[in-house]
Amino acid sequence: MEIWRWDRFFEVWPYIGEGLVTTITYTLLGSVVAYVLGLIFAVVRQLRIPVVDQILWGFIEFVRSTPLLVQVFFLFHVLRPELLSGTGVDLSTQRLIVGTAAVGIHYACYTSEVYRAGIEAVPRGQWEAATALSIPGMRVWTGIILPQAVPRVLPALGNYTIAMFKEVPLLFTIGVLDIVFYVKTVFASDVGGAGPEAWFAAGLTFLALSYPCSLLVRRLERRVGTV
Amino acid sequence: MFDNFDIYLDRILLGLPATLWAVFGGIGLTIVLSFAAGIGLLSPRRWVRIPVRVYVEGFRGSSEIVQLFFFAVALSIFLGIPLAATPLNALMIGIMVLGLNHGSYGAEIVRGAVQSVPRAQHEGAVALNFSPAQRMWRVLLPQAVVEMLPSLNNLFIQLVKGSALLSLIAVPEMTKKADELRAIPAFAQDLWMIYLTLLVFYFVISVGITWIMRLLETLAAARVGRPIPSREKALARGGAA
Amino acid sequence: MIRFDNVVKRFGDLTVLEDLNFSVTPGEFVCLIGPSGSGKTTILRLLMTLEKVTEGTIYVEGRPLSHMDRNGSLTPADEKYLREARKTIGMVFQQFNLFPNMNVLRNVTEGPIRSLGKSRDEAEQKAKELLELVGLSDKLTAKPGQLSGGQQQRVAIARALAMEPRGMLLDEVTSALDPELVTGVLHLLKDIADSTDITFLCVTHEMQFARDVSDRVMMFDSGRVLEDAAPEKLFTDPDHERTRGFLHAVLDRA
Repeated sequence: MEIWRWDRFFEVWPYIGEGLVTTITYTLLGSVVAYVLGLIFAVVRQLRIPVVDQILWGFIEFVRSTPLLVQVFFLFHVLRPELLSGTGVDLSTQRLIVGTAAVGIHYACYTSEVYRAGIEAVPRGQWEAATALSIPGMRVWTGIILPQAVPRVLPALGNYTIAMFKEVPLLFTIGVLDIVFYVKTVFASDVGGAGPEAWFAAGLTFLALSYPCSLLVRRLERRVGTV
Repeated sequence: MFDNFDIYLDRILLGLPATLWAVFGGIGLTIVLSFAAGIGLLSPRRWVRIPVRVYVEGFRGSSEIVQLFFFAVALSIFLGIPLAATPLNALMIGIMVLGLNHGSYGAEIVRGAVQSVPRAQHEGAVALNFSPAQRMWRVLLPQAVVEMLPSLNNLFIQLVKGSALLSLIAVPEMTKKADELRAIPAFAQDLWMIYLTLLVFYFVISVGITWIMRLLETLAAARVGRPIPSREKALARGGAA
Repeated sequence: MIRFDNVVKRFGDLTVLEDLNFSVTPGEFVCLIGPSGSGKTTILRLLMTLEKVTEGTIYVEGRPLSHMDRNGSLTPADEKYLREARKTIGMVFQQFNLFPNMNVLRNVTEGPIRSLGKSRDEAEQKAKELLELVGLSDKLTAKPGQLSGGQQQRVAIARALAMEPRGMLLDEVTSALDPELVTGVLHLLKDIADSTDITFLCVTHEMQFARDVSDRVMMFDSGRVLEDAAPEKLFTDPDHERTRGFLHAVLDRA
């Protein structure tokens, strides 16, 4: 077998293009889940409710310390049959739900740390002034604390979206039609095996998208500062 | 309900050695590459800095899974050995990719930590007429180590998690062994137990690594006389992304 | 208006206030002076419910601040009761603590709208009057970050007044200001004190100001009231050697 085939290198691009849309879709939806759920985790933890706080802390530590791949297997092969099988939702939608939930929850356990740092970076005087003005608790969060905390955490959230983008491909293991699926399965069966040139092209695709994004995040970091 | 638990446990334990080899081999390679590339990034010479920068950005920017498939395919063609037939080769490739990938992240950690050492320390070393190499090894790195340990801890846990991906190139590690049970219909109703046990194994490995790193942090901080930075802080900045 | 009844405040092993008893009558302007760490600021923070008393009771307008009367027996205050109690009292902080994400007008209207339940129109009308009073009617849409320290503190004063408090707590309001801005803010406070019947409790290191505006000055040392007298008496003929020493030290510095 030849070690490097340029013709294959050029042939693989349409396949990558097919999968790229899926990869980006999952990344964006997963990010939305991670941003929202992470914020909820952070606020709930800030309230320091006994028992709830410890359980949430344990959950976050556990999820952060164990492989996303196995978590995906667990959600897809254990929870999905229980929760989604009888609902009439078709399988590709089930994959979308499970896939975005898995990456979303996994990354929420990281973004919650980001938000927490952002919230703690808001000076204590802001809480005290809000108390002195008798502003109700909910309004203190939505009107004063979060508007100050969120801009500062945007770069870090962006970093996690970029990290997620590079990890979404493992969802091919549950049949999500992403870049890796197209290269490994569709392209490979069309040409009789995906060689290194095809994988190199896939890697270049990830690099071409994630590198400019990290540069943007770094610029944003310089503008709004870090937490 | 727990009738077959012994079977599952045995199965996962069967994959434990490969996982541990992957994790500790990967960490070893990561440390070497992190320091080599991290110091390379600080080099005043462009012909050192530029190739190192290409390595770092290349591996950070492209996906670990893609890298795994790339090296698995490329090396099996290059060496002329079918990969699946030789688990040991697959493991070697796995360790290599884990090391190369996480080494690129580690390089930025090392570079950042060295740069965070107060300028006065650097100037003090110059005043003592230390050579550039002496400045790096005797003054800057020992202090930077305290700063980088929490971030390296996060990185090593990333690596533990990444080791599960080796199941995709047929390395007989824990995830691979556990997932093979899914094909057996009799075990279908116990899948939750199998995966949860598997997750607990990874959790214990991660906690063990954190425990060792904390110990090192305490030792290093005491030696250098600097406070220990927190691991959460590193995560809050966007972690290893 | 305000009464401290055997109040003790400890942070861990550190006793900040020791068995403190004093009261302030409505309309009075009382200055608290004394060395740093003598517990003056803690008194204001207790009144604003930013801290809890360790022992004893604080009464504001006859009602205990930390406990509420439920069917004749005293029970620890809940958040609702506290929020009600805080409406009586406004506070101006050393570091201003303006909300940086809101413009000047919003900073002043936020409290009245959210906690007094005023309409936006009514709150803005009132806020504009107050900002005119503090001399900032041209800065309504500016963000706090665009203002000087002196201007920020004026906004903070307007913000506290917008709550229509019957008591005002001033916590070293000029300490964070550049020297040339101090006089303006102090003049403003004196004008407000003269033209309203708000009760003031003021922690300050500005002895001239304390002498000019206050009805009474309390000298603190190590968590106790060392001396409690009219300004003329305290500044010219203090009873305690410790007070004399403190005044000398402060005046020498100025």
